[in-house]
This record gives sequence, C-alpha cells and structure tokens, in this order.
Amino acid sequence: MKQKKWIPNVIILVLVLALYILLSVLISANIINPYYSGILTMVCINVILAVSLNLATGFLGQLVLGHAGFMSVGAYSAALFTMYSGLPTVVSFPLALLVGGIVAAAFGVIIGVPALRLKGDYLAILTLGFGEIIRVLILAMPFTGGAAGLSGIPLLTTFTYVFIIAIITVAVIFAFIHSRHGRAVIAIREDEIAAEAAGIHTTYYKLLAFVLAAFFAGIAGGLYAHHIGVLDPSKFDFNYSVEILIMVVLGGMGSITGSIVAAIVLTLLPELLRGFSEYRMLIYSVILICVMLFKPSGLLGQHELSLTKILNKFRGKKAETKKEA
Amino acid sequence: MDLLAQVFNGLGIGSIYALVALGYSMVYGIVQLINFAHGDIIMVGAYVTYVGLVMAGMPLWAAVLVSILFCGVAGVLIEKLAYSRLLKKGAPRISLLITAIGVSIFLQNLSQLLFSSSAKSMPAMFPNGMLELGALQISSNTILNIVTSIVMMIALQLLVNKTKIGKAMRATSEDAGAAKLMGINTNSTIAFTFGVGSALAAVGAVLYCNTFHQITPYMGGMLGLKAFVAAVLGGIGSIPGAMLGGYILGVAESLTTAAGGSQITDAVVFGILILVLLIKPAGLLGKNVREKV
Repeated sequence: MKQKKWIPNVIILVLVLALYILLSVLISANIINPYYSGILTMVCINVILAVSLNLATGFLGQLVLGHAGFMSVGAYSAALFTMYSGLPTVVSFPLALLVGGIVAAAFGVIIGVPALRLKGDYLAILTLGFGEIIRVLILAMPFTGGAAGLSGIPLLTTFTYVFIIAIITVAVIFAFIHSRHGRAVIAIREDEIAAEAAGIHTTYYKLLAFVLAAFFAGIAGGLYAHHIGVLDPSKFDFNYSVEILIMVVLGGMGSITGSIVAAIVLTLLPELLRGFSEYRMLIYSVILICVMLFKPSGLLGQHELSLTKILNKFRGKKAETKKEA
Repeated sequence: MDLLAQVFNGLGIGSIYALVALGYSMVYGIVQLINFAHGDIIMVGAYVTYVGLVMAGMPLWAAVLVSILFCGVAGVLIEKLAYSRLLKKGAPRISLLITAIGVSIFLQNLSQLLFSSSAKSMPAMFPNGMLELGALQISSNTILNIVTSIVMMIALQLLVNKTKIGKAMRATSEDAGAAKLMGINTNSTIAFTFGVGSALAAVGAVLYCNTFHQITPYMGGMLGLKAFVAAVLGGIGSIPGAMLGGYILGVAESLTTAAGGSQITDAVVFGILILVLLIKPAGLLGKNVREKV
C-alpha cells in the first residue's frame, strides 16, 4: 500500500497552527497572564537551544559544553544591533536576530576549525574553555556593559516571534537531519573512520553541523536578549551550557522530539516545583543520575515521536480488522 | 625580585591545582572519565575540615585526617553508586560524563542545603610568617603548599610504581579486560583509584582553606575546572604532568594578575589550554596514542 506522505505533515501543520492560535488567544484574552506567557517564551527559547545542541551532540556525537557561549555572543550582538542600528524596530529586530545568528555562527567557525580536530573529551574541554573565554571577554569589553550587564534593550520578543522561530528551527534541523547531509553527519557519529573511508568529507560535515548549531543558539540568544531586556554575562556560564545539555540528554541524544519534550518539561518543572525550590536542583541531579544509570541513551533514545508511525499503526490495525472481517 | 615573588606565589596556588589535578589524572588514566564531580570533592573536603575544626572544635591534625578519610570514602562510595554500573556495562563515555555532572550538581546543592549558600570563613590553620631570602619575601604558607604537593607526588609515584596495588592500577589502565584475565580485581582497583584521588583532593582542600580562608558550596566548580585544565595541560594520565600543569597554571595566573589583568585570568588559563591542545593534543608530558583502524 502506497501511503500519502503529505498527510502527517499537514496534520502537524494544522496542530501547530491550532496550538499557536489557542495560546495567542489565551494570551491576548489575558487568561494566560504576562508572567506565564514569559515562561512560554522561555520554553520556546529553550526548545531552540536544546534542538540545536542536539544537532551537535546527539547527531554529530560531539560533546559540546559551551553552547551558552554561542548564545551569549548572539544575544549581545543582536541587542547591540537593535540598540545602535537606528532602524525602525519592525526591520531591525528580525535583522538583529539574523546578525546574532551569523555572529554566533562565525564564532562557531573560529572555534570549530581547531576544536573539531580533537575528539571526545578533549573537544568537550575545548568548547568549555571557549565558552568561559567568551564570558570573560564579554566582561572585559568596553561596549558590553561589563559585569553590570547591558541594559536598555528594547523588549521586542513577542510570543508570535519565538513560537514561529522555534517552529522554523525544529523544521530546519529536522529537514537537515533527513537530508543527505544529515545522513553524512549521523554516519560520522556512528563511526568516523568508516564514514571517511566511505567518502564522506568528515571535517566539512562536522563543521557544518557545529556551525548550524551555533547559528541557532545565536538566534535563541537574540530572542532571549529582547525578552529579558538586560544581559548579564554571568547568566551564560558553564552551568547554563550544562542545563541545555541536560535537556538534550534527558530527551534522548539524537531525538529531536525528545529534546522538545525535555525542554518543555524542564522549563516548566521549576515553576511547578516553586514550593520545593530549595530541593529543586537536588531532585534534578538525582533524576539525571538515575536516567543515566537506567537508560543511558535518554528517555526517548534515538526514537522520534512520529505522527507517521502512529498513523501507520492506526491504519495497520484498521487493515487487519478489515482482513479479519 | 618582584617577579620572582609572584612566581613563588603562583607556585603556591599551583600546588593546590596540582594536588587536585593528580586526582583527575589518575581517574582519567584508569577509566577515561572526566570526573566533573572531583572539584566538588574539594568542596566536601573543605566543609568537613570546617565542621571538624570550627563546629566540633577538633585539633587541627584530627580535622585534617577526618577530612582526608571522609573524602576517600566518599570517592569510593560515589564510584560504587554512580559510576560502577555504567563502567561494567561499558556505557558510552558521554553517559559517564553526564553522570559525573549530575553528581557534581548533587554535591553542590546538598552542601548548599546543609550549610546555606553564604560563604563560611575558615580560621588560619598553620602559622603564617614571611621568609626573607635577601630581598625576596615568601610566605611560609606558599612553602607549605609547594612542599606538601611535592611530597604527595612522590608518594603517589611510589604507590603507582612500586606497590602491588599500583601495578594493578597500571594494568587496569592499560587494558582492563586483560587485567581481569590476569586475576586482577579491576572493580576494586578502580574504586581504590577513586578513593586515593579523592583523598588527595581533601589535602588540596586543606591547603586551599589555609590559603584563601573562605569556602562556599560552589568553590569546587572553577577550582575543579582549572585543576582539570592543569591535568590536560601536563598530559592526562601522567603524574609528573599533572604537577607540571598545576604549576604552570598557577604561575600564569599570578603573573597575569600582577600585570593588571586580574579580570582576564580565566581567559588566559583556558587560552593556554587551547594552545597546548592544538599544538600537542596529548599534553606536555602525555603519550601520543595513535588510533588503529
């Protein structure tokens, strides 16, 4: 039976649209108050961060411990762009996000070229080192506000913006992974030497995935900057990188839907656990260790929550029942 | 002479890094795990010393001894609870690393819960005076740090190279499977390595308290990272390498501070690491292992 491939895609599109309309109606009707819509914005930003890091860590298989560094670069460049470009905000904000992404991607190239020569743990340490260096340099630069932070960033991030950009990010990375390039990246994860022997230009693809991840982290940074309005370099430290990594790992390295679910849950969880805020990180760490001990590949592993599969199962059952009848 | 004084200062701090780096290096040498929780073991050691010395009023030697023993046992316990299951299953290294990060977050938050997040001040533990060698002034604490680290390194070298358990450690790090076939209990050897590394971290913690007089639940983070940098710098898995890395790091830091760049010391530290990794990926004294296809 040849199935129509576009059906699941249309259903997903409709569902996403429905979710968007529902949430934005609730926000404009003030049923979701500004506090909660702020959390929703953070959910979307974290989804972008987690999915993009998953590209580098889950699909490429390189442990990156400096994702917050890329985010901070994007955040500062986007914020400085909207503050000093003098363009009307309608134009300057999308441009600023793009600038943030491109600057972060440029840093990705600068860091990736030397770093990707190393493997495994050394690469992790190198990205960690770069993340820390970026943070320290931001502190020392004259135009970033130093330790006091950069304030007075116009609050331009709306729910519509983050939602759409989060969807675009997921769609782009999903498409990338399922393209020829994505298969090359996955092949490198599985066995770099074999991939090289099969004619894959490993350095190029490693860099490509790495830079793409940095690009989206930069965009997330831009959104974050215009959401909070104040940037403080200490926010983008090693711990934030780890927090993003935890989302990727808990969701399952190599599962985009896993990252999305984990990003949503781990952003909402602290809000739900307000009452236990003292124990929050303690609970986090215990959960993290337990997941690693009992399911090292993360909750979803490399599986995706796929509508196509669900539909197929549904159809398969129907077909079977028909046969039986 | 001012420069020389700064170098000595750096060596004093570098000794602390070196002691912690030894633990990283040993653990990495035997199970290829970057034990991110190692930095927090220093914090545990510092707090145990604090509890012993200030809260329970123990004499200094007892507090130090308790701290070292406590950390050694804690190291073994952490290995048994968190890592050994993964090691036995041969889980991917990234899972081990993330478990280590989990343990690190756990320890930080546990101590924050127990002792609150505000800094505790430590009393001076050893009498501190100034030694004058001509125009050069060195504090006796600096000498104490350097001497302790060198003594520890020599002891560790002897332990690894001259004793039976040391032989088992070397065998396990070379080829765990073959070591097992030769009748070596690799599990207990690994646990022993964790214990020794953690005990060394406690010694580092005592020196840290004596030098900086202030402890917080998050002190292990940066200190641990830098010690790890030191271990990688010197060549991970090599005991003299870890010491060398620690000294280089300490001196680089104190010279940067002296040159007025106290804000960017961290950047300098990581910059050195990146340079060394790019030029000599196995570290200064590390062995270069070629991958076989």
